[in-house]
Amino acid sequence: MFAYLIRRTLYALPILIGVNLITFTLFFVVNTPDDMARMHLGSKRVTEDAIDKWKAERGYDRPLLYNQAESGAGQLTETIFYDKSVRLFAFDFGSSDSGRDIGADIRQRMWPSLAIALPTFFIGLLVYVSFAMLMAFFRGSYLDVSGVVLCVMLMSISGLFYIIAGQYLFSKLFHLVPVSGYEPGLLAWRFVVLPVAIGVFAGIGSSSRWYRTIFLEEINRDYVRTARAKGLPELTLLFRHVLKNAMVPILTGVVVVLPTLFMGNLILESFFGIPGLGSYTIEAIQNQDFAIVRAMVFLGSVLYILGLLLTDLSYTLVDPRIRLS
Amino acid sequence: MRVPNSLSQFGKSAFIRVLLSVAVVFAGGCNDQPWNSPYPPQQAGQEILYASFGERPNHLDPAQSYSSNEVVFTGQIYEPPLQYHFLKRPYELEPLTATRMPEPYFVDEAGQRLPDDTAPDDVAYSIYEIEIMPGIRYQPHPALAKSAEGDYVYHHLTETGLEGISTLGDFSETGSRELVAADYVYQVKRLAHPHLHSPIFGLMSDYIVGLKDYSKTLEEEAGKAGANAYINLHDYPLEGAEVIDRYRYRIKLRGVYPQFRYWLAMPFFAPVPWEADVFYSQPGMKDRNITLDWYPLGTGPYMLTINNPNRQMVLERNPNFHGETYPTQGEEGDAEAGYLKDAGAPLPLIDKVVYSLEKEAIPYWNKFLQGYYDSSGISSDSFDQAVQIGSAGDISLTPALKEKGVKLNTAVSASIFYMGFNMLDPVVGGDSERARLLRQAISIAMDYEEFISIFSNGRGLPAQGPLAPGIFGHLEGEEGMNPYVYDWGPYGLQRKSIEHARKLLAEAGYPDGRDVETGKPLVLYLDTPGGGPDDSARMNWLRKQFEKLSIQLQIRATDYNRFQDKMRKGTAQIFQWGWNADYPDPENFLFLLYGKNSKVEHNGENAANYVSEEFDQLFERMSNMPNSPERQEVINRMVEILRYDAPWVFGFYPKQFVLYHDWYSNAKPNLMANNTLKYRRVSPDMRELKRHAWNQPVLWPLGMLVLVLIVAIVPAAIAYRRHEARNLSTVKH
Repeated sequence: MFAYLIRRTLYALPILIGVNLITFTLFFVVNTPDDMARMHLGSKRVTEDAIDKWKAERGYDRPLLYNQAESGAGQLTETIFYDKSVRLFAFDFGSSDSGRDIGADIRQRMWPSLAIALPTFFIGLLVYVSFAMLMAFFRGSYLDVSGVVLCVMLMSISGLFYIIAGQYLFSKLFHLVPVSGYEPGLLAWRFVVLPVAIGVFAGIGSSSRWYRTIFLEEINRDYVRTARAKGLPELTLLFRHVLKNAMVPILTGVVVVLPTLFMGNLILESFFGIPGLGSYTIEAIQNQDFAIVRAMVFLGSVLYILGLLLTDLSYTLVDPRIRLS
Repeated sequence: MRVPNSLSQFGKSAFIRVLLSVAVVFAGGCNDQPWNSPYPPQQAGQEILYASFGERPNHLDPAQSYSSNEVVFTGQIYEPPLQYHFLKRPYELEPLTATRMPEPYFVDEAGQRLPDDTAPDDVAYSIYEIEIMPGIRYQPHPALAKSAEGDYVYHHLTETGLEGISTLGDFSETGSRELVAADYVYQVKRLAHPHLHSPIFGLMSDYIVGLKDYSKTLEEEAGKAGANAYINLHDYPLEGAEVIDRYRYRIKLRGVYPQFRYWLAMPFFAPVPWEADVFYSQPGMKDRNITLDWYPLGTGPYMLTINNPNRQMVLERNPNFHGETYPTQGEEGDAEAGYLKDAGAPLPLIDKVVYSLEKEAIPYWNKFLQGYYDSSGISSDSFDQAVQIGSAGDISLTPALKEKGVKLNTAVSASIFYMGFNMLDPVVGGDSERARLLRQAISIAMDYEEFISIFSNGRGLPAQGPLAPGIFGHLEGEEGMNPYVYDWGPYGLQRKSIEHARKLLAEAGYPDGRDVETGKPLVLYLDTPGGGPDDSARMNWLRKQFEKLSIQLQIRATDYNRFQDKMRKGTAQIFQWGWNADYPDPENFLFLLYGKNSKVEHNGENAANYVSEEFDQLFERMSNMPNSPERQEVINRMVEILRYDAPWVFGFYPKQFVLYHDWYSNAKPNLMANNTLKYRRVSPDMRELKRHAWNQPVLWPLGMLVLVLIVAIVPAAIAYRRHEARNLSTVKH
């Protein structure tokens, strides 16, 4: 397994370089270093001299990918791409283009993101799996049909609608929770409860349908029929045997997103004023802050790769037949 | 299997502990405050103003902050020598930390003093000598903390000394000292600091003697000292800014620049103590995001005590504030409006201001309606909920808001939105009669009254020239009318008919929108940023305006970067842009059409690249004149030239609508001053009462939710039991 881990880690390197290169290219196709300087220096009374100094200070005065003025390795290393990318692999995110330390910002903003993402994820998982089990249990009955119709309806509605409707009903009309805001520490629950509930509710349709399909596939297998014939109660059968055997497809979708949870939710954070990493990334894109965009994309890629690795590892836990080699 | 007793006991006590913890957490949120209150209960009843911000300020260093979302903070913290009178209109400057208004005197090249009425061309230098009040002290700050021996406590920090420090509040010691003239001089020098990129450095280096060379000197020093190293600006004298004595300093400007006094009312010219730069430039501070750009240090009525622009920014009363009183005079009608009730009262009137991050308009509006923000603008989404416009165009609040006691203030901004023609373009630009008539015809066809009504909910005034209302030189009524676009009718301004515009177009050689020489239809191009679905209605409207003249308008939508690039290169043909005035002087509008400010040739703000010899000569004359009938005459001529040449379609002056609750007073809008927070007042008791009345929790939906769940679960449970019973009987058989 150790060899497997080493191999997967080595596979990750070209992926990360590729992701970094694509991010870099896409960003600089849309924004030139001059545009970035103008965005940071403001639109009023900006001189060319100030723009040149701003670029020089941050290393944006060099060529993007290839430096003809240099010789040897310098043609590749004396470029914006090399300068901005190498440190990322040591997880040194450096400073944002506005001069703030990105690592410090990430450490500060990951907690509010987690405060939303973790409960949404775990409560959601519980609700979706239970609801899907219920539909699988009553498969073919009016309860199952009603559940599927409900799921399709919920899937068809935009996530934004749930947010606006939730804020309107529970905050504006019923005055039960604050419309938006955040408080650090334990008192965060007042601000988190509504976005979490909305996050869970918004995912019921698609996730429950997906799990229902998995359970239905599993429920028709021979061992289930045998267990039922032996008189095993249906709930025991579903939760102890069917769930366990359906874990591989479930884990495929679940474990991979676990590490990325702290990257936050862009829309929820924005509407509920949650100062997390989702809104951090959006702000960076709006402000053309390449340093932050690059750091967040890199971090997202690393976490996703980590998630895939964890998924593979988790297969060995739920299915003893699987060996990593 | 029996659970051992001790384990069972342990389980019970752990369970109780968890329950208690949960209870404590929930109790923390449950108190006599409304359930939906976003603020901690400790703040109830305090003199706190609640406001919001949508975007984190990029800069709080007074050498850099320029945007409106930045000066809303720096304006309360830093004190330049002058300020705008809160109530008087037209806007009037008055001393803030200065003892009196500085009057410049003029000298020649040899330094000999010249009479005050010397012609501007004969003046080599203008000298401002500014005296500040003694006894003003800085806010408490670690940079100024001194030990009993008189040494600065935090000026020689090491990495180990910074352990456990992550914000400015982690420094236990603070100190203060008296403001001296040298601090103002120090800040003028900072404008040239190569690492600060002050947005006004380019402009000021044209005026402040020696500032350009000073920047080069600092650049060399910065190169030697390395990034972030402290450069002691006291070691490098600047001819244009010198200390006279402890409370007086001198600024020497090249030539005559009367508008300089307005800059003296902006944070760019507020004092910064040298200790701040020493403190913040120490190794390890920047890595912790502890910089002057993040933690300001000023003498103003407020100090920034919490700076978490990801969530909240808090201004609190500066305990060392030197004291100031509410104005005792205002303009006509101020007393009746209640703006003089606090006359003579010590400032600031509010202890604390809490700014919360609010990125979306809907939650912001809902919180205002719930009483959690004291004032609010009006977005297009909520306009109909807030304001109703009568058949005669009269504006009033909706009954729902009136019932809440909400009040409305309106003010015309010192801004203009316009459509510009690139004067370098061979079709719409240039000085030919043909192009001029074409521009005049388009000016008539562009129905900005309709635009304001459709896209701005009536919040704007059709512009008659470049000068916004409230700016010296702007004329009202018939004498202020643009005669090339409007007629004066029985009900005031009346846009000329489209037939008249078509006639002008025909005279220009485009009868029915076709080029008389080639017979081809006239196609014009408008470059604009955006172009998304949100903009489609506006784009269609624009096309329709041109269609009135049978001109085809092609809209070339692009992102803002490309748009700016086109403007810099002069490749756009027609564009839309706007301008917010820096200060209330006609120079700050008319310079947008001054030839030496053209964007393509001089990288200036004259985006239309308009050049008129006569206009430029008048501009140079007008810029140096005091407000007087002679200046008005010059301005009138300049405006007439612009109206005739029509390099812009003068669009509209936006109108600002501000709503505020009845517990919020002294809400008079002042669109020039950025330090008006100290004059505002809130009545916390009234606010508490109303918040409680408006936000009583409605609990029946929770009961209903539980009921729905039961209704959904019970049949499922029954069905399950039946299913299980059936299965069991099948197995038995």
